[in-house]
Amino acid sequence: MEDMILYNRLQFAFTITFHYLFPQLTMGLSLMIVYFKWKFLRTKNEDYNHASKFWMKIFALNFAMGVVTGIPMEFQFGTNWAKFSELTGSIIGQTLAMEGMFSFFLESSFLGMFIFGEKLLGHRLHFLTGLLVFIGSWASGFLIIATHSWMQHPVGYEILENGKFVLNNFGALFSNPWLWPSYLHNQAGSLITSSFFVAAIGAFYLLSNKHSRFGKMFVKTGVIFGVISSILVAFPTGDLAAKNVVKYQPVSFAAMEGIFETEKGGSEIILVGQPDMINRKIDNKIAVPNILSFLTYQRWDAEIKGLNEFDESLHPTNVPGLYYAYHIMVGLGTIFIGFMLLATFLLWKNRLYHTKWLLWVLMFMIPFPYIANTAGWYTAELGRQPWLVYNLMLMRDGISPTVSSGNTLFTLLGFVGLYMLLGLLFLLLVAKIVRKGPEAPIALKL
Amino acid sequence: MEIFWFIVLMFMLAVYVILDGYDFGAGIVHLFFTKSEEEKKAVTNAIGPFWDANEVWLIAVGGVLFFAFPTLYASAFSGFYLPLIMVLWLLIFRAIGLELRGQIHNRLWEKLWDKAFGIASLLLALFFGIALGNVVRGVNLGMVENGVSTQEPHYFFLALWNPTLDPLAEQQGVIDWFTLLLGIVAVVTLTIHGANWVIFKTSTDLNRRLRNSIYKLNFVLLGLVLLSAGLWHIVKPFPLINLRTHYWLWLFPIMAAIGLVGQFWIKKFKKDVTGFLFSAMFIFGSFATTVASMFPNLLPSTNGVNPSLTVQSMAAPEYGLSIGVYWFIIAAVLVVVYTVIQLSVFKGKMDDVGYGDH
Repeated sequence: MEDMILYNRLQFAFTITFHYLFPQLTMGLSLMIVYFKWKFLRTKNEDYNHASKFWMKIFALNFAMGVVTGIPMEFQFGTNWAKFSELTGSIIGQTLAMEGMFSFFLESSFLGMFIFGEKLLGHRLHFLTGLLVFIGSWASGFLIIATHSWMQHPVGYEILENGKFVLNNFGALFSNPWLWPSYLHNQAGSLITSSFFVAAIGAFYLLSNKHSRFGKMFVKTGVIFGVISSILVAFPTGDLAAKNVVKYQPVSFAAMEGIFETEKGGSEIILVGQPDMINRKIDNKIAVPNILSFLTYQRWDAEIKGLNEFDESLHPTNVPGLYYAYHIMVGLGTIFIGFMLLATFLLWKNRLYHTKWLLWVLMFMIPFPYIANTAGWYTAELGRQPWLVYNLMLMRDGISPTVSSGNTLFTLLGFVGLYMLLGLLFLLLVAKIVRKGPEAPIALKL
Repeated sequence: MEIFWFIVLMFMLAVYVILDGYDFGAGIVHLFFTKSEEEKKAVTNAIGPFWDANEVWLIAVGGVLFFAFPTLYASAFSGFYLPLIMVLWLLIFRAIGLELRGQIHNRLWEKLWDKAFGIASLLLALFFGIALGNVVRGVNLGMVENGVSTQEPHYFFLALWNPTLDPLAEQQGVIDWFTLLLGIVAVVTLTIHGANWVIFKTSTDLNRRLRNSIYKLNFVLLGLVLLSAGLWHIVKPFPLINLRTHYWLWLFPIMAAIGLVGQFWIKKFKKDVTGFLFSAMFIFGSFATTVASMFPNLLPSTNGVNPSLTVQSMAAPEYGLSIGVYWFIIAAVLVVVYTVIQLSVFKGKMDDVGYGDH
């Protein structure tokens, strides 16, 4: 039984982590591509059109990877989590079916036109198809987070005698208090990934003295989008999302912040340290007193519940994992804000393109937004443990009853191997597109 | 209400098979019938702007199945665990084969992804036929041993094959001689269908050869269809009861027959689209005949202990299904609009729409 849960969780975690590397770039990038195309329509500067087409190539490759790794996600609810699907399918099936019907048809139909259709459609309609791709990808994110939010904070349901969850309020799925902060927080995170990506490619062009006009354009656009999204991800969206955790999942909040004991007279915020689960304390701790109470309740002496207030069976199953995921996300997020503010200042002073060390850092920042976004998702998902549906259904009650652990391990290994191959091919091809540069003739492909 | 969703689901599934079916068929054509680089390019151009949108129908089918018949979704997806995951892997290979081929100009690279695309398409066609065979044959629901269920009555698990390949054996497998036969029928059907699409969408010398091949393959298909219709009774007495009480259902087998027989005039068709319409008609007709003859069963039970899974017993509760109709109608109208726009933008032959390397 423990093997079964472990392999199922590993398979889902692995496939979704890998999958989400792609949509987090495409969601943010689609907005930036629309922006480049719009700038072209406004200024008639051909460079902006080249820029939009260049990023579209990278978008298309990412989109394809997102699609092929996304289909297994939809199917794995049934293959690996059959009991969960049976009991909750009439609710989460709503939002997942809506995603397929509303977003994927929109995206896939108009992406083809955006890629193939510039000459057939003219620039204005071409811009419109790009806009529709953007709307489709953001709608997809919305419906997925609506599904996720229901698992974190179930609403609009009743439970029948046979254990099945039944929807009794459709509107509640979309007015779920968990939904909007999570969605906006996630979208801001996705914009961070794309901003840093665009800026890093720009920095690469500037440092290697190739395509310098585009290098400047990408750095500038990336930094402007980056500073806005880095701030938005912390405030107000991250703040609101954290307050939801305090309100609805206080035990997860205690684990995220590493609070073992409730502190009288206000809680300190832990910046660095390693949780020691045996002695129930944080080793090598660096902390600032009372800040956590203030951030959470706007009162210096507000009391925040520690893990000791909750029954051990309700504690998240992996407290250190949750603590690290949360601290990595917040730590990187803070670094992003500081770095992007500095870059914006230099941009304003007209010094950014010549500040070599900063361009170097910008270039090597590429992986960190991915790490921060992934850590953010781990915070949400590890925080929900040991529940599959918060407070209502445990992980162990959701797995497929007839699939043996040997079969799950077999498919897990298969996915690991296949996705390694996909990852390598992806890197190879992105590098190739980047090396060719924005002025290369457009490769028509889907 | 569940009848409405059943019809929606089956219709969407049929659309998926017709649309992505021609992509698989094109892959098989690509694997076996193309000789030159130019011909290979014609085949991939013919499906280039479409296959991705076609695959979305599969995701939509999965979503609607999950939402409207969650118990069936849970039961069938966990029961057919291994073949389903393998289908997912094949879909990935098909996609990257198509996507990556044109990215690097190197003979070995191109050959590798050509084969990945072709072989994955072939196996997908085979697997989908085998899947249909499994649904027709039914499964040991509740995993009954010696008259006792070892699982809840709607759960099961199937190995990939049983050693004797006997569909009636106690130990069932996904692959047996009956399901394999339907798999081969699917491969031949989709090869013809894909070839028809290539003829419709491109204009190289390949098309004349393809018409000849379709003509010959259609004899094979006719033989296979008669053979499997004859052997069907051994596995499952064909429940004609629905067709006896509802005469309008004969529309489906008649459609299938017209689609199949009409294909013999392939060399005389004036318009390039005609052959495609006949093969689409055959696929729709034979799929609908199977579904109509099984109704209301969705997945038959092969033991006497647990009942078959039916439309009524598998459906989600009324409230969710009713409210779903509202958003579904809006979404369906939008899908029709997108499709019309897409078809009008990409109308006609695709020879000039470069694929991958311009």
